[in-house]
Amino acid sequence: MLAINNLHAEVEEKQILKGINLDIKPGEVHAIMGPNGSGKSTLGHVLSGREGYEVTQGSVQFGQKDLLEMSIEERAREGLFLAFQYPVEIPGVSNMEFLKASVDAVRAHNELPDLDAVSFMKKARSVCKAVDLDQSFLKRGVNEGFSGGEKKRNEIMQMMLLEPRLAILDETDSGLDIDALQVVAEGVNSLRSPDRSFIVITHYQRLLDYIEPDFVHVLAGGKIVKSGDKSLALELEAKGYAWLAEEVV
Amino acid sequence: MSDLILQAAQAEKTTPLPWLADFQQLQNNTWLRQAVPTRKTEAWRYTPLNRLEKGNFFGAPAQVHECSECLQEQISLPDANGDELDCYRLVFVNGFYAESLSALGELQTGVSLCRFGDANEAQQSAIKTHLGTIANDSVNLFTTLNNSQLQEGVLLSLDDGVVLDKPLRILWLGSAQAVPFSVTQRLLVLMGANSQAMVLEQHLSDDAEQNSFTNGVTELSLGEGAQLHHYRLHQEHESVLHIGGVFADLGKNSLLNSFHLAFGSVLTRIDIVVNHRGQGAHSELSGIYLPRNNQYVDYHTCIEHRVPNCTSNEVFRGIIGDSARAVFNGRIHIHRDAQKTSAKLSNKNLLTSNRAEIDSKPELEIYADDVLCAHGATISQIEDEALHYLRTRGISDQEARVLLSFGFINTLIEKIPHTEIAEYLRPKLAVLFARDPELLRHIV
Ligand SMILES: Nc1ncnc2c1ncn2[C@@H]1O[C@H](COP(=O)(O)OP(=O)(O)OP(=O)(O)O)[C@@H](O)[C@H]1O
Ligand SMILES: [Mg+2]
Repeated sequence: MLAINNLHAEVEEKQILKGINLDIKPGEVHAIMGPNGSGKSTLGHVLSGREGYEVTQGSVQFGQKDLLEMSIEERAREGLFLAFQYPVEIPGVSNMEFLKASVDAVRAHNELPDLDAVSFMKKARSVCKAVDLDQSFLKRGVNEGFSGGEKKRNEIMQMMLLEPRLAILDETDSGLDIDALQVVAEGVNSLRSPDRSFIVITHYQRLLDYIEPDFVHVLAGGKIVKSGDKSLALELEAKGYAWLAEEVV
Repeated sequence: MSDLILQAAQAEKTTPLPWLADFQQLQNNTWLRQAVPTRKTEAWRYTPLNRLEKGNFFGAPAQVHECSECLQEQISLPDANGDELDCYRLVFVNGFYAESLSALGELQTGVSLCRFGDANEAQQSAIKTHLGTIANDSVNLFTTLNNSQLQEGVLLSLDDGVVLDKPLRILWLGSAQAVPFSVTQRLLVLMGANSQAMVLEQHLSDDAEQNSFTNGVTELSLGEGAQLHHYRLHQEHESVLHIGGVFADLGKNSLLNSFHLAFGSVLTRIDIVVNHRGQGAHSELSGIYLPRNNQYVDYHTCIEHRVPNCTSNEVFRGIIGDSARAVFNGRIHIHRDAQKTSAKLSNKNLLTSNRAEIDSKPELEIYADDVLCAHGATISQIEDEALHYLRTRGISDQEARVLLSFGFINTLIEKIPHTEIAEYLRPKLAVLFARDPELLRHIV
């Protein structure tokens, strides 16, 4: 599904990713943990194609294609989805028209016609309900005045509508109350399937109780310094990251 | 310049109003005495008047004109059910009343609505009493010209307590003639105490090159407790020259909600003056300007707080594309006695090309000490963050730009209280952001 090979990337001439290797097979859930500023969000941005993040070395294969060759929107249409750590507010563009534009763009890429208004509304209403947002959120401006938790739910709602092949969730759990955490986890779990993969970036073991990862990686200083199964997350919770730094050195 | 003054002063009227002759003679004298505003005069400094001066617009009188199919098509405005909006409608083509396109029907008691050319004695006397008295405070020379040149106009007068049962829609249509000509438009609204109305003014033209100069002045007088929803939409062809103004007097506890729109043209300059004259008056002024190509739009607004305890809220947004230029001048004048005034002004501009230009200038003159006055002006480009976010959802760069540009003004369209007008405007505005309907299908 996704093969990241020796990925180096810099932002404003500052080297952030220093040789990431990661292989994600269809159906797998990979959790990425690590200290603040270690490069987790950067990895998400680089994969989604954000401008200003320059890949200086390495390659990324997405399915049969070279991910780094694709434009931002192509990546999305090919089935890559990034749930933002900080979703953007866009007043004046309603959530509804935004979602429809997005769904239609992905459909067009797959040579499907635009969804008719009625079917789209039905779908939108159902995912809106699934993430426990009131229907009125569909009419509001994209993320406009949404609370932190509502923004995160809106991200999951988009993911559920777009049904990506690979979803990267960047700290979707931070800022969520316990109930919302479950709502988000249920959203993710409902999409789990043998041909869909997830990268879950988080600081907390708690989320991984709900979304069980197949692998847990620790990203520190721009590299994956340790990988393991879900028990690694428990170990990190107990011991923090300091012991890893020693181990790496 | 002096050529323009002389030519205009001697212009022949096709359908003069004899009962207004004295007033017009005086106004003509005033006009003759003045110099046309020049680039040196501060309020007109940025206004490109050269095309007006060179255009020979007063050489020949306007002629009564058949309404082309193109114009007739523009008249339609559907309501929420898709039927034609039920309203009082007055249609003028190149300044002449087009009876066959108008629909006045039965009027309620307490409502006086007519075109100047049809005014009865009582209406003539109301016009003579009030015409030019609301616009008189402004030193706007083109209002003087309008006063001296007008041969037609609309009067709406409401008795105390009357709630106008239908919207009043006035269509000022323009169509090119063999030789350049000028058109003078006038609206006078006199609202008695606690009366209510909705008035929609639309300035339209056929989609051919226009060769006229239009001068459109609107005067609004709101009595105590009166409420008026007013729209003034400039949807003319980009070749028009239009200098106009809206002047309002607000009585005690009255409420004015006035919405403005201008697409942009060779010259579109609109001066808006709102006078809060009675305590407790409130005004909501909003507007959108969207010049493209080489167009020019200029809004000069002036909010006068003359008495205590009034509030005003003004929001204008513009998107300036290509090599277009816009001017927004927002003046707030709080007089010495106007304590406890609350005045807000916001002007935001989006530049979608690096050749586009905006001069945004707030002007505050505050002589009272116990007031709340907030103002802000911004000039920006499409936000990278927002553009990126939309693209990560598969939306193309082009469509994302259209969505974001439209979104920038949509925040004002969403606030339009009459949904049929918002729905009518949405597709008309959307097409300004892209020619390709594919890019517009998610906003209309
Ligand atoms: N646009 C930028 N300009 C300069 N530095 C940047 C930029 N974006 C990221 N960085 C830097 O790159 C480093 C990695 O940032 P990143 O956001 O990837 O960290 P993170 O692992 O997601 O942290 P957190 O857990 O706090 O979310 C940080 O030191 C950050 O300051
Ligand atoms: Mg981060």
